[in-house]
Amino acid sequence: MSSLHDKARQLRPGIGAATLSSAWPVLGVVLLAVALQLVIKPLLSGVAGGDFYSKVILDIGINVVLAVSLTMVNGFTGQFSIGHAAFMAVGGYTGAGIVYYGSMYAYGDPAARAGALSTMLTDHHPGVLFTGGDALYVTALVAGGLVAAACGFVVGLPSLRLKGDYLAIVTLGFGEILRVLIQQSSDVSYEADEVRAAPLVGLAQLFERPRADWQAPVWARLGGPLGFSGLPFYTSLFWVFTVTGLTLLVAYRLKQSTFGRAFLSIREDEIAAEAMGVNTTRYKVWAFVISAFFAGVAGALFAHTTGVQLSAQELGFQKSFDIIIMVVLGGMGSISGAAIAAAAVTMLPEILRDPTKLVQWFPGILVLTLACAIAAWIVRAVRGVTAKPLWAAAGGGAAVIALTALGYTAVVVSRWIGHPLDIKLGDYRMLIFALSLILMMILRPQGLFGVREIWDKALWPKAGRKG
Amino acid sequence: MFEKFLQTLMDAIAVGSLYALIALGYTMVYGILKFINFAHSDVFVLGAWISFSGAIATGWGAPGSHAVVARWVWGGLFLLTAAFVVATVVEFALKRARGEGSFHIRQTRYAGELALMTAWGWAAMALLQASRQANSAMGLKVVSGFLILLCAMLTCGLVGFTLERVAYRPLRGAPRLNVLITAIGVSLFLQNAGQLDHMFGTRPTRMPSLLPDHVLTEIGGAAARIGPDGSEIAPSRQGVQVRLVDVIGAGTAVVLMICLDWLVFRTKMGRAMRAVSFNEKTAALMGIPVDRVISFTFVLGAMLAAAAGFLYSMKYPGLNQSAAPVWVLLGLKAFVAAVVGGIGNVRGAMLGGMLIGLIEFFGAAYLSTDFRDVYVFGLLILVLLVRPSGLLGSTVAEKV
Repeated sequence: MSSLHDKARQLRPGIGAATLSSAWPVLGVVLLAVALQLVIKPLLSGVAGGDFYSKVILDIGINVVLAVSLTMVNGFTGQFSIGHAAFMAVGGYTGAGIVYYGSMYAYGDPAARAGALSTMLTDHHPGVLFTGGDALYVTALVAGGLVAAACGFVVGLPSLRLKGDYLAIVTLGFGEILRVLIQQSSDVSYEADEVRAAPLVGLAQLFERPRADWQAPVWARLGGPLGFSGLPFYTSLFWVFTVTGLTLLVAYRLKQSTFGRAFLSIREDEIAAEAMGVNTTRYKVWAFVISAFFAGVAGALFAHTTGVQLSAQELGFQKSFDIIIMVVLGGMGSISGAAIAAAAVTMLPEILRDPTKLVQWFPGILVLTLACAIAAWIVRAVRGVTAKPLWAAAGGGAAVIALTALGYTAVVVSRWIGHPLDIKLGDYRMLIFALSLILMMILRPQGLFGVREIWDKALWPKAGRKG
Repeated sequence: MFEKFLQTLMDAIAVGSLYALIALGYTMVYGILKFINFAHSDVFVLGAWISFSGAIATGWGAPGSHAVVARWVWGGLFLLTAAFVVATVVEFALKRARGEGSFHIRQTRYAGELALMTAWGWAAMALLQASRQANSAMGLKVVSGFLILLCAMLTCGLVGFTLERVAYRPLRGAPRLNVLITAIGVSLFLQNAGQLDHMFGTRPTRMPSLLPDHVLTEIGGAAARIGPDGSEIAPSRQGVQVRLVDVIGAGTAVVLMICLDWLVFRTKMGRAMRAVSFNEKTAALMGIPVDRVISFTFVLGAMLAAAAGFLYSMKYPGLNQSAAPVWVLLGLKAFVAAVVGGIGNVRGAMLGGMLIGLIEFFGAAYLSTDFRDVYVFGLLILVLLVRPSGLLGSTVAEKV
């Protein structure tokens, strides 16, 4: 027994090699994010409507983080949480409080002091990569994640006793209670002197509330039902891409690891897993904690995005449902599926806002899909697929052209019918969204990828294997 | 002090009975299909808005306003009728061509259901016309209001039937999360369809009061006591007013609940429902038409929700747009009521509804109004932690 153990230990790579091998993907993500911020952003700011596109990219990134983090609970572990937005709210409000009141204490006003890594499209270049404001922001991201993780621990504890729908209902109740509590908080203070005079962390002050000269402690000045306004904007392409990349990385490694396989075993059969010696309670709570951590970071990102009003109403159960929709559409337990579905679900309502504009996009879609088909053909040819690659490519291309033509006709016809009747398709966007959701569930219940991943070999079969 | 207590109790019972009515729909569907029908609260909203539209269409609106049914409603009704006729003819011809025995409408694939829906739609429309007659020609205000209630219940029943047939039946036996997402999709659909200009629009409106708003009796209270020197010893206290709206609202809810209890526990259909809830496969083997029972359950739940919507709009006449968060929160609280009482248990839902109403209103009156939602959800978490299957629910042992 012990000799086997020793052998395994000898086989293990040294600590330097291990660090290097696990650090390079992280480094890669960060470098890519830097490139995105320093190369893509200037390009985008030249394009008309670049602000809009960058906002959509930020939204997509945040939603991908949310969907992938929920996949860890709903998809990997099979526990059913419908209060995910609550963790986002916890992280968002924690981060917002740290950045806003931290700036107040440090600089006297809450304006953003962003380095080149966190500037928006329209802001001018400050010439420095990283500033004190950024340090505050990073602290906020991490703290938001940690506080949300602590909440995840608390919410995960009932899973000792509850299963299935009942656990879901508890997560829902937790989210609702949190929403009410946030809505009871005091107004945001806009004056630096007032902030400095206010008690910092006094819990006792909360109980003195009926007194006339009552002052809310700083951490309870979160804006109440109107939301936390006046937040500085730090969330840039760099931060969103870094966090998204790291989340995907962690999810990927988790799914491959022993630790993550315990999650999967709970999903497949909880009783069997327990019989095999998996401490199901511990892993379920862990799943909640990890997932809540990333949701909290996403919330902190969300709080500091342009054009966003951080309010408890915004992060209620409807947001939770949005995230669940992404996870289920992508396929329960598929990281890549959740990410792709998150991107699609974020973009779809924006596209449907004015579907007639789709007509302009058709040539682009056509070219893109044909390019993909050709690339797939080349890949197949290189990998030695012999089963009529040319025919397959031609067939695929024809299908794409036919579909595009069909879509084009549909849009033109709907415009033609809609115009005299004064029907604006934009009004029906949520209806179309809801209908496509129902249709998707009926026609493809396992979601986009099922439990598979886009990088699974099963999705890209070799012809030889089929025989 | 006594007045405050009594007033709170009355409000709690009035709203609690509405929670109970909505909770019944959640609990019946959960009991049979084991999924949370998140679209149920939207059927409740639809009931409230149909009551409003019906009231306007039958001449309850402001004087001089148009009292007509929207043209597309008539169009839809005629389309439905045409579909029924076409389906009947086609299926009859097919059966003849195949040379299969006699033609019976209950054994067809679509014609039977379409016949049911068509009859239903026309019945709702007839009720609306009768209500208009009662309102304008005969001056029977109360009868007119009652007919609007029936019309809303019928229409929502039709909607519930259609939803089950179109959205949920294809997913029978699918993973539960899929059914749940479909329910969310249906909920989104109903919310946003209600917001269209052709439907109810996005502006909040005010429901005309269909009941004469008079005070039945006043409990407690006292006139001011004047001392011998003319000074006031004790100021006058206002008593608790028992309003007709509250009495009729709670009364209707209680009558409906008694009817439902009788239906579930004393009739053949109720026994079939309980059997399907107990074990669907065995029930099917015993010759119970499972599909019909499930449809019936949905229709029943939707009708109760519509009644709750009507009564709610009587008590709180300010109607919000159909996607307003207020409605969703109301629906959630009703759902909490179902869970607290023991989901799947009909009497539990009634108990839970009342309990939620009491907790919410007494908490708001005696502790703090700000945290009324916290009391409800706190009770939910407490009950689930102490007794996970709810107050009246039975625990099911897990079999390996």
